[in-house]
Amino acid sequence: MTTVASTRPASTPSRPAALDHRTPSSERRAGLLLSAPFVLVYLVFVIGPLLIGVVVSLFNTTTVKSGLGEWVGLSNYTKVCADPLFWQAMWHSVLFTLFTTPPLVVLALVFAVLAARIRRGRVFYRIAFFAPYVVPSSVVALIFLWIYTPQVGLAPKFFHAVGLPVPDFIGSTSGGWTAVVLMTLWWTFGFNFVLYTAAIQDVPSDVYEAAAIDGAGPWQQIRFITVPLLGRTTSLVLILQILASLKVFDQIYLLLGGGPDQSTRPVIEYIYDTGFTSYRGGYGAAATLIYFAVIVAISAVWYGLRRWRATRAAA
Amino acid sequence: MSTVSTVTTTTRPPSGTDGGGRTVDPAKMFNRLCATCMTLFALIWLVPFVWAIATSLRSDGAITEHPTSLFAGGWSLHAYRYAWDNYPIGSWYLNSLVISALSVVFTVVLCSMAAFALVFLRFRGRAAILALVTAGLMLPSEALVLPQFIEYRSLHLLGTYWALVLPYAVAPVSVFVFHAFFRGIPMPLIEAARIDGASWWRVYATVAMPMCRPAAATVAILTFITSWNAFLWPLLVLNQTKAQTIPVGLSSLVSPSNIQYAEVMASSVLGFLPLVAVFLVFQRQIVQGIATTGIR
Repeated sequence: MTTVASTRPASTPSRPAALDHRTPSSERRAGLLLSAPFVLVYLVFVIGPLLIGVVVSLFNTTTVKSGLGEWVGLSNYTKVCADPLFWQAMWHSVLFTLFTTPPLVVLALVFAVLAARIRRGRVFYRIAFFAPYVVPSSVVALIFLWIYTPQVGLAPKFFHAVGLPVPDFIGSTSGGWTAVVLMTLWWTFGFNFVLYTAAIQDVPSDVYEAAAIDGAGPWQQIRFITVPLLGRTTSLVLILQILASLKVFDQIYLLLGGGPDQSTRPVIEYIYDTGFTSYRGGYGAAATLIYFAVIVAISAVWYGLRRWRATRAAA
Repeated sequence: MSTVSTVTTTTRPPSGTDGGGRTVDPAKMFNRLCATCMTLFALIWLVPFVWAIATSLRSDGAITEHPTSLFAGGWSLHAYRYAWDNYPIGSWYLNSLVISALSVVFTVVLCSMAAFALVFLRFRGRAAILALVTAGLMLPSEALVLPQFIEYRSLHLLGTYWALVLPYAVAPVSVFVFHAFFRGIPMPLIEAARIDGASWWRVYATVAMPMCRPAAATVAILTFITSWNAFLWPLLVLNQTKAQTIPVGLSSLVSPSNIQYAEVMASSVLGFLPLVAVFLVFQRQIVQGIATTGIR
């Protein structure tokens, strides 16, 4: 059997497909032993917190001392659902997503398309746009806090020079949102830019050559070739951006502390506050799971839509 | 393709491409415009870095007097000495380095072993593990910090390096990077090694792993950056100032009332320099790694 397999080129049939009784026991043992460390750590430290969250959400556990506390059934969930502060925090996360997703997706697409037309300097663009992404969030917050400083910062000076009213970047709600959105744009833009750039490079160049021979100008090439071929990538960038934006914590916590007056506090900071400032572990766990379910539901819907489209395209 | 050719022939501009030699080529003009715009934006993107570095070299007095004239008051490295002497930046560096290095080692070893088993071996539970890892891609594990905290506290892992290494050591994405790479290794190569009498462990360690160096490099670099930059989880787990990592330690300086601009910017420059250096050295691999893991 092995000799037959080794004379033919590598193909899917030679891959181990299903377990059958001829599989040597040494292979079974090796498979279990090699995957065991990963599976063990994964179950305990990734799936574990999820299960513990479910259990803890049914008790009035506190985060200061160990032990579960008293069984309270589903009352944590009803309390979370009845708490206007929780829904406000959810809304702030959604608001942040609505503010950041369109510019981060559209600008990344535009810049990647434009950058692809330029032969020289690609490495420079890549470095300039992606370098912020590898900087820790607290360092980004330090730099932007200095840029936003009233009177002496770069941003107020710039707004003043252009003739725009200078917003109170740290002290007001609308200014706070502006500050956080601009900072996020600078920080994470490179990620989407890189995804789009890679997708554009996958478009074979003879498509463009054929279009150029047919007389298509640069704008028509972009409009009728590049953008339509990026449909799948756009759907991916969009969902990754939505999920990342819904998980916002660092920027708002560091720059604004969720303020002024909790008016920008995102849902993760709400969970953080209930769990680690008020020490209400069970309550925080219930809030965590509601939020967790929303995120999983969004990715499941996206995944389902993508599958449905793929099967429809195949049929 | 067909839509492209029909559309472009009907909307073809009257001048066409035949007059390219005499008049200015519109395509070339367009590309030049692109290049100008892109360069402008790229330079804007570099402004915060430049601004931070320039501020860190000045004195606080000169900054408040002439905020935007970069050279007023002269440049010195005084703020760096102050930052280094007043904040435990050295121990923060060391902690970040140890934690990131351990995360990289554990991730590469655990995930490559699992991926090797999933690709080459038949064993009970293989399909279940594959399903588990696929589902893990969709789980927003960052959202689970609170129950995670409760679990680590009951296991007495809070405040240890383990608490920061274990969650990053089993990233499903890393398994998939190795999985995709191992699938490209011809099966006969593995079988030949088996016929020569090598155990499965030897096949993994001496045949498969040396071949997947590019995948290992991708996983290593991306894990290093993620682990180095992690913020919320280390903030919860490490409560001793000296035990903190660079991002958590520096976050204590974030305050609108902190008017020691030069010192704060010097600390930020120290905070971003190592990672920007790593990025500049490995930018090709990092960008390719992001592209492949994101697009898959």
